[in-house]
Amino acid sequence: MSDRLRDKLNILADAAKYDVSCSSSGSNRKNTNKGLGNGHQSGICHTYTEDGRCVSLLKILLTNHCIFDCAYCVSRRSNDIERAAFTVDEVVELTMNFYRRNYIEGLFLSSGIFKNADFTMERLLRVVKKLRLEQNYNGYIHLKTIPGASDELITEAGLYVDRMSINLEMPTETGLKLLAPEKSHQDVIKPLGFVKNQIVQFKEEKKLIKSVPKFVPAGQSTQMVIGATPETDKEIMYTAANFYKSFSLKRVYYSGYIPISNDSRMPILGTQPPLLRENRLYQTDWLMRFYGFDVRELLNDNNPHLDTDIDPKLSWALRNMHHFPIDINTADYQMILRVPGIGVGSAQKIVQARKFGKLYIHQLKKIGIAYNRAKHFITCTDSPYQLKDFQSHQIKGFILAESQSKYLKTPNEQLLLF
Amino acid sequence: MIYIFDGSLEGMLTSVFEWFERKPGLTKLVAKERYQPDAFSESFEILTDRTKADRVWKGLTKRLDRDWMRKIYCAYLSEKHEVHQNIFDLCAYIFQNPAGAEKNYGNAQVLNIAQTARKVEREKHRMEAFIRFQKTADHIFYCGIDPDFNVIPLLVNHFKNRYADQQWMIYDIKRHYGIFYNLQTVDEIEMDIDVDLLKKSNQHMLDEQEVLYADLWKNYFKSTNIAVRKNTKLHTQHVPKRYWKYLTEKL
Repeated sequence: MSDRLRDKLNILADAAKYDVSCSSSGSNRKNTNKGLGNGHQSGICHTYTEDGRCVSLLKILLTNHCIFDCAYCVSRRSNDIERAAFTVDEVVELTMNFYRRNYIEGLFLSSGIFKNADFTMERLLRVVKKLRLEQNYNGYIHLKTIPGASDELITEAGLYVDRMSINLEMPTETGLKLLAPEKSHQDVIKPLGFVKNQIVQFKEEKKLIKSVPKFVPAGQSTQMVIGATPETDKEIMYTAANFYKSFSLKRVYYSGYIPISNDSRMPILGTQPPLLRENRLYQTDWLMRFYGFDVRELLNDNNPHLDTDIDPKLSWALRNMHHFPIDINTADYQMILRVPGIGVGSAQKIVQARKFGKLYIHQLKKIGIAYNRAKHFITCTDSPYQLKDFQSHQIKGFILAESQSKYLKTPNEQLLLF
Repeated sequence: MIYIFDGSLEGMLTSVFEWFERKPGLTKLVAKERYQPDAFSESFEILTDRTKADRVWKGLTKRLDRDWMRKIYCAYLSEKHEVHQNIFDLCAYIFQNPAGAEKNYGNAQVLNIAQTARKVEREKHRMEAFIRFQKTADHIFYCGIDPDFNVIPLLVNHFKNRYADQQWMIYDIKRHYGIFYNLQTVDEIEMDIDVDLLKKSNQHMLDEQEVLYADLWKNYFKSTNIAVRKNTKLHTQHVPKRYWKYLTEKL
């Protein structure tokens, strides 16, 4: 019995691992009636896999049987792999026992589509209800919305889970049509919009009546596969920005495509996953969400791709040298945030500290900014007087010379002649 | 001037009181067991006084918000030798300046305490993440830890709220004390038997299902890894090697 359970766990965890969503944040669900578990506002990563991704939730599929045949997916109908399915009780037992040992922060439950959408959604809902109602479990639950499931099922699920997500898969409709002719972006947009409206509605009602239950308190997220189809970084980030705006998403995840088949429409087996590109996209995502950048400043028709050798914030600064240098002692908070080498924490500390007196270089260093990078873009009380006016390519050269990228295997240094 | 105190939080707060009463100027704070007489400076022994300490603590709460009081407490739990001096200096700075002075991150004392507190909070968060309970035969979920800082007092609320329906125990092997939750309250305990991390030995003391779930968890950990993305540097950055001994999946 335990051997079969182990096999199932291996198969269904393996199939779920390409879904990169891992966060367990945003829910402050309380532990009621002396049950088990609660939400943690900032989330907890309980361990990290050897590829450096966090393991916060028990991420599994209910089954990897699927009626769809999407070329990018390992569980596609035509793929010859071992299939398995958990029973409702097995998932509940695993979750409870892992949670009790502080292995996990909660459950991430997804599924291949068997029979039809409603049948699948109904089965997922049964797991969730059993955990919440019978086991008095108050830990985190992230549930996949199954495209095409009925509004009633989605609403009911939303009352028990903390986060719902539904994957966009390909950044553009044409890309999706190429690899998964049976699917379209509309299938995703409809439930995303529905859940978003429900969240707004429940929040409004809760303002008036305190006993209104929580509805998807940690919001929604989505995921795009990067590098399977030939989209530009601009197309990817514009789609992401649009989805953040239209559906108030908490997160968009970017998943570098890992070749899993010899399909001629996609990169061949053995191609390295685009890790650097993925990293740059996440950096851009952060700049949009926490640094007040508009996506059009970072990516536009003149710059449809992100630089590979430098990060998008530095790249923006070098293109807009007319804004710099700024004076740390007088500049706006928003402008300080835009300086390469200064993060949100340091920017806030700077703004508070300068009320007490002018700031000097040694103080900025102690506060924790990357001074060697930032010094080209700021002045403070004791900045050395600079006669030369460096061009942006020169500054880029200085910064590259003293930093080393973990991605570039061959250092791009100028050879010495003598 | 050298102030010699007993090394406790109260002793340190009393020193702040004495300093403001005497105003001896630049003062070094030294714990009694680390004091070495010095030919050139005067010394003064602080007698820990609860009422004086309370007055200083109350004075601090009037000037600082809860976040900052927690920062000072966290810094104290770091158990670093120089932290007493740092808190002492910070208190002097806070009392000598108008309200709001704690926001001056350009000030070395303020920044120092904020950064030390952050390290302690990070260790506390790591304990919340890396603690792996083992179910014992008498249905107690046990874990032994040896954190860099004395973070057990900071862990009580998190575990009490989360694991309200099971008995659990977290034991600091380095500092020889722990906390035990008996389904009602969390109590401090000390055990005189020789405890270790309870991983390899004492198998017979474990619940019969413990091995099964530990094994399933190890399997899950392996299956969820994507081999072609291997990134050992990032992995050890997130899970520093000194914590591997806690982790069921790393054994």
